[in-house]
Amino acid sequence: MIDNQIIATVIVHLFIAIVQLILWRKSTAQRFLSVGGSLLALILAFKLFFKVYDGEILTMNAANWKAPFGIVFVADLFSSTLVVLTSIAGLAVSIFSCVGVGRQRILYGYFPIFHFLMMGLNGAFLTGDIFNLYVWFEVIIISSFVLMTLGGRKSQLEGAVKYMAMNILASTFFLTGIGILYGISGSLNMADLALRIPKIQNQALVEITATFFLIGFGIKSAVFPLYFWLPSSYHTPPSAVAATFGGLLTKVGIYALFRVFSLLFIPNHFTKELLVILAILTILTGAFGALIKTNIRRLFSYLIVCHIGFMIGGLGLYSKWALLGAIFYLIHDIMVKTNLFLMAGVIRQLRGTMDMNKLGGLYAQYPKISLLFAIVLFSLVGIPPLSGFWPKIYLFKDAFQLEKYAFAGALIIGSFITLYVIAKMWAQVFWKDTPQPEIIEDKFVKMIGYRKTMLLLPVIILASASLYIGFNAEAIIHVADQIATQLLDTSPYINAVLGGQN
Amino acid sequence: MELILVLLIGILYAAGIYLILRRSMVKLLLGIMLLGNGTNILIFLLGNIIKGKPPIIDPDLKVFTDIYADPIPQALILTAIVISFGLTSFAIVLLKRVYALLGTDDLDDLNTPEEEDI
Repeated sequence: MIDNQIIATVIVHLFIAIVQLILWRKSTAQRFLSVGGSLLALILAFKLFFKVYDGEILTMNAANWKAPFGIVFVADLFSSTLVVLTSIAGLAVSIFSCVGVGRQRILYGYFPIFHFLMMGLNGAFLTGDIFNLYVWFEVIIISSFVLMTLGGRKSQLEGAVKYMAMNILASTFFLTGIGILYGISGSLNMADLALRIPKIQNQALVEITATFFLIGFGIKSAVFPLYFWLPSSYHTPPSAVAATFGGLLTKVGIYALFRVFSLLFIPNHFTKELLVILAILTILTGAFGALIKTNIRRLFSYLIVCHIGFMIGGLGLYSKWALLGAIFYLIHDIMVKTNLFLMAGVIRQLRGTMDMNKLGGLYAQYPKISLLFAIVLFSLVGIPPLSGFWPKIYLFKDAFQLEKYAFAGALIIGSFITLYVIAKMWAQVFWKDTPQPEIIEDKFVKMIGYRKTMLLLPVIILASASLYIGFNAEAIIHVADQIATQLLDTSPYINAVLGGQN
Repeated sequence: MELILVLLIGILYAAGIYLILRRSMVKLLLGIMLLGNGTNILIFLLGNIIKGKPPIIDPDLKVFTDIYADPIPQALILTAIVISFGLTSFAIVLLKRVYALLGTDDLDDLNTPEEEDI
């Protein structure tokens, strides 16, 4: 069904960004616009979500060029779920940024670029055209470059060089893949490609193309052995930026992998094995990297890598329950990872440092905030009945069912090391006595009430979202189940885009 | 014509990857640019090069009967060139800033021990 409301969230973010550019250097107006606009985007995202909730797939043809000739936007349940999650995370980060991002950075255009980034994310989730997906990816990376370098500190720029080089390289691989794909199939529309690819004579060339996509999206989603840029750059920008990156940017790569490998290149035995092996190595390297880090944000960066492996593994198993688990994990992960970096930002405001060796005594001083953080950390680890627990059941179940014991083992080790790392962090940051109380630089105590609320409200919003995912797991499983069904049987998607003409 | 382009693509990719693997930041930048150009020519080549047959339909005809040049690859390349132009100019400014701040062109020197900030 054709519905022009699909791109409402994209347009809202574009509009906010443009108005904020007009209001250059008016930081208060930009703050209000940003929060208000993110709230509006969230409402529109939920509206879209409830439209497609019962399995309907909405499409929109840009400039009314009929698919497969024009660019088409498609909202199925997978896309709109991710749009909703992006909007929730976007709202939280937008509220946090009002206080958590320095005034200088806001004056130099933090908010407009943030909304361009959100626009790119929403566009990438909603497009149904492979080249248009590339363009949205470029919108995302150019905005993220600016956000990463805004402020221009030494470590930020150093991180940005690595981030920039790897992301441009990823885009080049992706573009090469698109070029070959267009050459061998003659189409760019993903639904049309899904019909044309099985008919191509030279299937070996199709597999090579698939590898280009795997490398391109693999770099973006930080899969072993392509993840090294992530831990060496994500700890450098302000926490609000790191939260957007950690929660959402790697997940776009995951979304693209799921979309491409379920619609265009149905994984054969080799691809499945490859994805599972990559997943195992991603989980293990990420987990072991997290073990030795003492800076909180570096530790969280390695945990991002570790948990990316859970989702890639779910894709590699490519059975209904494994996909269900991977998608549930994706939903949970966006909420929790965004929140982790926001928490790191709050800790930085409380203590002036993010080094675990210099931190301590937070529980004694701020018991309520510590308990709030505990909820998030428990969700991350997956203590039942919180949100990280449910998807793992499905992943374990199918890892054993399909006799991928190495992956099941990696899942156990990954979960266990996550627990150990988080327990260590909890003991060091919250329970241990403060090592040198005289060097504490507590900005939080001096803040007036509304600023404190602005810092903690986003953490509370995301923590409640995590709690909702955990306690109302049945509803989330229902959504993830429908998404997994749509990924495995793509004919409704193809029919919706091409209008049933095939 | 095709053969020349194939060779050119091969050279551009090889040179690009070789330069990216070097430790110098300027060579990294040049490598990325060469790789991007290689990709553009690859798209051009794979869109089937047909000379002198514009995709303009005769007013009397309803469908194309003749073989025609596909305009899509050129549209894709144009988009890709514009994007890579933006990215490259950003990268140049970034690398210049890093050079001014660190006084080195070596990528291995980009590992200053942690400094604490927001």
